[in-house]
Amino acid sequence: MSAPAEHPGSMPGTDAPAAVLAAPVLAAAGLVKVYPPASRAGQPSIALAGVSLDLAEGACLGVVGESGCGKSTLARLLVGLERPTAGTVLLQGQPVTNFRRPELARRLQLVSQDPFSSLNPRLTVESALTEVLLVHRRVPGRKEADQRVAELLDMVSLGPQFASRLPHEMSGGQAQRVAIARALAAEPQILILDEPTSALDVSVRAGIVNLLTRLRSELALSYLFISHDMAVIRQLSDQIGVMYAGRFVERGPWQSVMSAPLHPYTRALLTAVPEPHPDGSLLGSADDLAHDAPDTGGVQVAASARTGCPYFPRCPIRIDRCLTDDPPLEVVAGAHDAACYRAGVAVESGGGVPAESGGSPGERV
Amino acid sequence: MDSTLMTDRNVRSASPVLAIRDLSVGLKTRTGVTELVRNVSLDIRPGERVGLVGESGSGKSLTMLAVMGLLASPVTVTGGSVTLGETELVGAPDRKLRALRGSEIAMVYQDPMTSLDPLQRIGEQIAEGLRAHGTSRSEAGERTLAALAEVQLPDPHRLARAYPHELSGGMRQRVMIAAALAGNPRLLLADEPTTALDVTIQRQILSLVARIQRARNLAVLWVTHDLGVAAQFVQRLAVMYAGRIVEVGPTAAVFSAPQHPYTAALLAAVPSTTGERSALGQIPGSPPEPGSFPAGCSFASRCRQARPGCTQAEPALEEREGGVAAACFVPPAEWRP
Repeated sequence: MSAPAEHPGSMPGTDAPAAVLAAPVLAAAGLVKVYPPASRAGQPSIALAGVSLDLAEGACLGVVGESGCGKSTLARLLVGLERPTAGTVLLQGQPVTNFRRPELARRLQLVSQDPFSSLNPRLTVESALTEVLLVHRRVPGRKEADQRVAELLDMVSLGPQFASRLPHEMSGGQAQRVAIARALAAEPQILILDEPTSALDVSVRAGIVNLLTRLRSELALSYLFISHDMAVIRQLSDQIGVMYAGRFVERGPWQSVMSAPLHPYTRALLTAVPEPHPDGSLLGSADDLAHDAPDTGGVQVAASARTGCPYFPRCPIRIDRCLTDDPPLEVVAGAHDAACYRAGVAVESGGGVPAESGGSPGERV
Repeated sequence: MDSTLMTDRNVRSASPVLAIRDLSVGLKTRTGVTELVRNVSLDIRPGERVGLVGESGSGKSLTMLAVMGLLASPVTVTGGSVTLGETELVGAPDRKLRALRGSEIAMVYQDPMTSLDPLQRIGEQIAEGLRAHGTSRSEAGERTLAALAEVQLPDPHRLARAYPHELSGGMRQRVMIAAALAGNPRLLLADEPTTALDVTIQRQILSLVARIQRARNLAVLWVTHDLGVAAQFVQRLAVMYAGRIVEVGPTAAVFSAPQHPYTAALLAAVPSTTGERSALGQIPGSPPEPGSFPAGCSFASRCRQARPGCTQAEPALEEREGGVAAACFVPPAEWRP
């Protein structure tokens, strides 16, 4: 884990906190992705509304958010599966569009949620790994490839007997290990991990999280780790970015974001996590739902017509200004940024502003 | 509606709404029976929220389906009984079970879209369920609106005329709960109903169900793989492994001092949003496949606490202190760190 003091020359005023500076291996600036309307009467949907980030060498940036917040779109833009509507992705300082596909794949690999959809069902583990090794010329020939396959399996804690397995002969956790081994075969510097543990059982998930933690330090990898799960994000990340409606609403060192969240959405997320110890924190106040944000149908990505803060309809600490102005992501404390005019303001206990105004996004109270 | 809050002691002493006794479920093939669920016993009393927790393949969902009488051949109940009040459900004729479902027993599933008819308005679907149990058209209409209001959906009149696709996932799950509870059942069976939802929405649904459950003194059986949900939502929980209940007891007791090594290992594998950040606990190996359950304790080969005797005989589920029962030969006091 890289210490925050690693780059003492960090410049104040930039978005990037100290650890994520000097030479980011991966950077994005002002990423916007707009999808055309699904029907003629429909509105275009804004999946990303301006996302900038820096990923330092050897660091892990955790990106957390709920469904529809744009986190997977971000992953697809970063690995070049889709092109942004606006903004740039820089890989080692160069626009990602300057790289040809294989060059890109030797630097950047994606691990997604479902290993079975990313593995060819007819290829044995050995063939799948060998293919990558040969395509990217990571080994001189077939003989060395066998040796390397064994090393890769060992790296992800799978025995050599897995070499001859087909995807359907493995459990979800084993297949995810193979998917990780396959990504590592290309010897990338960066892994984009898009919900790699979300489909797994509790005990299997723990194994993958531990494996990813170990691999990062052993291979000096940089991670962009995407998840909806605050606890998993916390386990792996140096920096945490919280996404809402296609943008970061909060970003900072993991300790600060988890223990002193600034944005009301981050706080709502953290409060909602059912903690695995029965202290009654979730249902202690079950009788008054006043603290709960109204169900506005999950994260509704801001329609182009809307002004003001996208979190306004659900926000318990909103003020009039939030309806008209859209708060930018700004440094609030140290390297800890938030996009909120009321960053850090506590919710008044008992004063449930939004509960009664349920389900009317953008409507003034 | 009975809105009295029962104390824990009252809950204990009341006779169970649902009593599961030695329930076994198997897959019948030409060569024999493959055991999937083995000797599950569990009581759910009025006003009690009970959790059934386990990983994939542990048998928790099959247990639930068996209780509802929804197993499909060749998977069948191979032994034991399930009684709802005085009524035996195992082997009861379909017609009787159908009459009970929707009136006495209500069910909620993970994916509301598979239970809701996409071509029928929300209100009609709820009313149809009520009408099937003999409610008049006008009364069904009124009760539908009341049910939608009870789950705190805004503007029930407008919503009753909406189609499922017009609603968000959270709203659809509210509709499912409204439909399930409209018939005023005694027992709610829920199979991972919040698993597909975002955490903020999950929280709302759990709070909502807890509130209605208390107001109606409902008995609830909640199947989940999420130990966090179990910790926050149920008063008592049963942990399943390889088709058996390996530990059962009051939620607080089980979480604070697990008596079965599998429960302890599972808890150690769950990341938290607070506390020290250290490596998560791992369980070596994988659960045994149904049909090849090993001799002795099914968890022995993966268990840090296993002793030679553990592979000889299968430990019975036995009472320990604090109302907890566990199926393990090795008491926690003798556990290796």
